[in-house]
Amino acid sequence: MKKLKSNLVNMTVVLTVISVIAGGVLAYVNQVTQGPIAAINEQKLQDGIKQVILGTTDGELNVEQPDTLDGGYVLYKTDKGTAVMAIENGFAGPISVLVGFDEQGAVKGYTILATSETPGLGVKADTWFQKDGKGSIIGRNPGEKELVVSKDGGDVDAITASTITSRAFLKAVNNAYQVYKNNGQWTDTNSGASQKAH
Amino acid sequence: MNSFKVLMNGIIKENPTFVLLLGMCPTLGTTSSALNGMSMGLATTFVLICSNVVISLIKNLIPDTVRIPAFIVVIASFVTALQMIMQAFAPDIYASLGLFIPLIVVNCIILGRAEAFASKHGVVPSFFDGLGMGLGFTLALTILGAIRELLGTGKLFGMTLWAEDYGMLMFVLAPGAFLVLGYLIAIVNKIRKV
Repeated sequence: MKKLKSNLVNMTVVLTVISVIAGGVLAYVNQVTQGPIAAINEQKLQDGIKQVILGTTDGELNVEQPDTLDGGYVLYKTDKGTAVMAIENGFAGPISVLVGFDEQGAVKGYTILATSETPGLGVKADTWFQKDGKGSIIGRNPGEKELVVSKDGGDVDAITASTITSRAFLKAVNNAYQVYKNNGQWTDTNSGASQKAH
Repeated sequence: MNSFKVLMNGIIKENPTFVLLLGMCPTLGTTSSALNGMSMGLATTFVLICSNVVISLIKNLIPDTVRIPAFIVVIASFVTALQMIMQAFAPDIYASLGLFIPLIVVNCIILGRAEAFASKHGVVPSFFDGLGMGLGFTLALTILGAIRELLGTGKLFGMTLWAEDYGMLMFVLAPGAFLVLGYLIAIVNKIRKV
């Protein structure tokens, strides 16, 4: 077949046809993958809530309907504690952190839901601030003493070579605490829900 | 043209990273670990094969003046589809590479091969050219990632070989990428001349 000439009609028709076909293919792929993507994100969130409140212990958790608040904070009340999702700008983009608080406001656990920090450096926030990490914040109460990296006069060890990520992470935790304090009433522990959890 | 020759051409003789020096942005950006480098290479290979095959099929239907926009639409569609598929079925890899996947669209290897090879050859050679170039790119990124990961963190494909404290952090960061890439290009060029 001979190559099509570059006249106005040919160019318009060819580009339109290619774009329409490409659009159709993408719409189809989107439809196929939409379900699994939503399921994965939901699963990740549910696992995260479980992890930050229950830790490694097994058990049932009743999660109430989440509250979305101003500033992108989301509050997940459960029968054993409250998890707050906070988003803060890190080194390379937003870091989305899920923090679990106990009745007194101490950090029970945290997990990072989404991050675009430097691989090998900032992404270490995922383990660094955990219980056996070097800058553990588990059990700390941001209400008694704000969490600040040692470079800024605080007492939390920042991730080596990732001070900006560490600052953003701790800011997210402190903000999550404020949101929890202002909105997170402890659900009635004597309700039927907590009985089921044992 | 001999398919095997076309295939080997991409892997060794005209290796996109070490010889043609194309696609330096993902090369430097994603190779902080061997696994990341390999995943990026394989994702690029997939797009390269698909775009090469489709473009060689429709090359006579595209008027010369609008060939670049037409190629870009084809490439971008494959990249977007790949992104959605990875997000749905390989979420772990997507989590570590997510940022770089959309950038495959502007990877000059892909447009370069579409323009230089697929728009002038038939479907079969174009397929092998895409495969060869893709594997060459994957190989280069994996080697680069492995060296940086090993020197920087003491790990290889996530397995600890020696304590992280002995690692040189610089190799995980941008300067390490330039250093390792420079030395690799020198070594490859020396070997090619022998």
